[in-house]
Amino acid sequence: MKKTPFLGLGLLAVVLAVLPFVLPNSFYLDLAVRMAINAIIVIGLNLLIGFAGQISLGHAGFLGIGAYASAVLPTHVGWHPLLALLAGAAASALLAALLARPIFKLKGHYLAMATLGLGIIINIALRNEAQWTGGPDGMVVPAMELFGYEIGSDRQWYWVVAVLLVIAVWASLNLIDSPFGRALRALHGSEVASQVVGVDVARYKGAIFVMSAFSASVMGSISAHYIGFISPAYADFFHSIELVTMVVIGGMASVYGSVVGAVLLTALPQALATFEGWETVAFGAILMLCMIFLPRGLVPTLAARFGKGE
Amino acid sequence: MSLLQVRNLSIHFGGVKAVQNVSFDIDAGIVYSVIGPNGAGKTTLFNLITGVYKPTSGEIRLDGEAIHGRAPSELARRGVARTFQNLQICMNMSAIENVMVGAHLRLDRNPFKAALRLPSLRRRDRELRAEAAQLMEFVGLGQYVEARADAMSYGALKRLEIARALAMKPRPIFLDEPAAGLNPKETIEVDTLVRKIADSGVTVVLVEHDMKMVMNLSDRILVLDYGKKLAEGSGAEVRANPDVIAAYLGTHA
Repeated sequence: MKKTPFLGLGLLAVVLAVLPFVLPNSFYLDLAVRMAINAIIVIGLNLLIGFAGQISLGHAGFLGIGAYASAVLPTHVGWHPLLALLAGAAASALLAALLARPIFKLKGHYLAMATLGLGIIINIALRNEAQWTGGPDGMVVPAMELFGYEIGSDRQWYWVVAVLLVIAVWASLNLIDSPFGRALRALHGSEVASQVVGVDVARYKGAIFVMSAFSASVMGSISAHYIGFISPAYADFFHSIELVTMVVIGGMASVYGSVVGAVLLTALPQALATFEGWETVAFGAILMLCMIFLPRGLVPTLAARFGKGE
Repeated sequence: MSLLQVRNLSIHFGGVKAVQNVSFDIDAGIVYSVIGPNGAGKTTLFNLITGVYKPTSGEIRLDGEAIHGRAPSELARRGVARTFQNLQICMNMSAIENVMVGAHLRLDRNPFKAALRLPSLRRRDRELRAEAAQLMEFVGLGQYVEARADAMSYGALKRLEIARALAMKPRPIFLDEPAAGLNPKETIEVDTLVRKIADSGVTVVLVEHDMKMVMNLSDRILVLDYGKKLAEGSGAEVRANPDVIAAYLGTHA
């Protein structure tokens, strides 16, 4: 926990800076953008799941709120895309804050069920409000615009998400190694011990839930603008599970693990496309093998094997 | 006025009256022990005073202020610290971080300042790390400053809990069986440690089964049996009390 965590950050920044110049074609650039977007979402989710020890199986719901705010508000109300992004993020944060108290009275399986329900409710709402959202057919998302410039090309989006990813990694590393972050990890380690040293457990669980919801919503908006089209499937249960899988495969309570998990699970379906019809089976088999041989996730297991602390 | 006043404290779990109508005062700066046979309600009493349970009736005052029914985090704010009989160590953190968590309320806990790595916060954290290392030294864990919590022995973890409680700069510190499960050598070390804590001016409230340690350390002793106060007094008084002898050894003679 001394200087080493930031070595990885420097490495990440260099890789991100060089990547667009060595990628052979736009297919890979597109993949890189989607990896980075997922990585940022998973970093936020890992703060909640890995560090604070609170599961959320409905996180795609917050992605959906962000994505649809960015689609609906500029299209139907004429808002500026940036304002729409912020409004979606504020709505997600507010929803998370309102639900935090009742939801985090629950633990373990019950908490999983409650967050699962939350995600499903948001998804149903998006499907049913067809006059606004286009229902199951989805809708086109207008382009993002910053200071009069339209962000349209993959390469522009690449730089936006690359910078955001570096910031997300840096801020998360800082956060977990601070009084706030220690309190979060302590309530994961022993809730009663953290209470008697003065940690207001409900408040801390709520705070990190709100932060991860805010981050997910912003990335949902960015993802919607980038792809240019959004459908309710983006906010469904399977997407939530995919995000949790990225957390677990990469490594719980590991910031770099989140990045690795997101990169691998975004790339894997592409890499397995050659299996034609068997790719889901291969995907499942790889996940099972990972969990059997690397139960703590890739990064923590490998770090322990090479004798490093973090 | 006493530091801690307990009046007619009771808690019922369904039909079980775990603590019944218990009253006592604890003066500042003393070592006050609570003893009694297994199931007498000692840990329940600790849980009541430290806010883990809410009493069915009765009151608890710290420095004259009513504190019963308050959340543990509010009591922590008032300087009430405790350790646990069954260890409550955060195994997902390093040893020194466990101690640093004890200082939670003395720190700037703003997450945004933390995420931005503000120099003032980093400086305070460095100071705290040094302070926590000193506390670990104080409780005899100097060699574990760089260790992970899950790599430490049971005896060491018991003392790590004490260091965490001390990081709160407590007024009363509640130690729930600090010597339970320790070998004789470790027990003597804990005995010395509790003495050192009391000498530093912290009021110590102790639950312990090791009678030698209790008699050796305590200024006053409260004896509980079946949730009721059986006796209270100095070590000599309690030892001579026929009710206490009956409770521990059975009635006869």
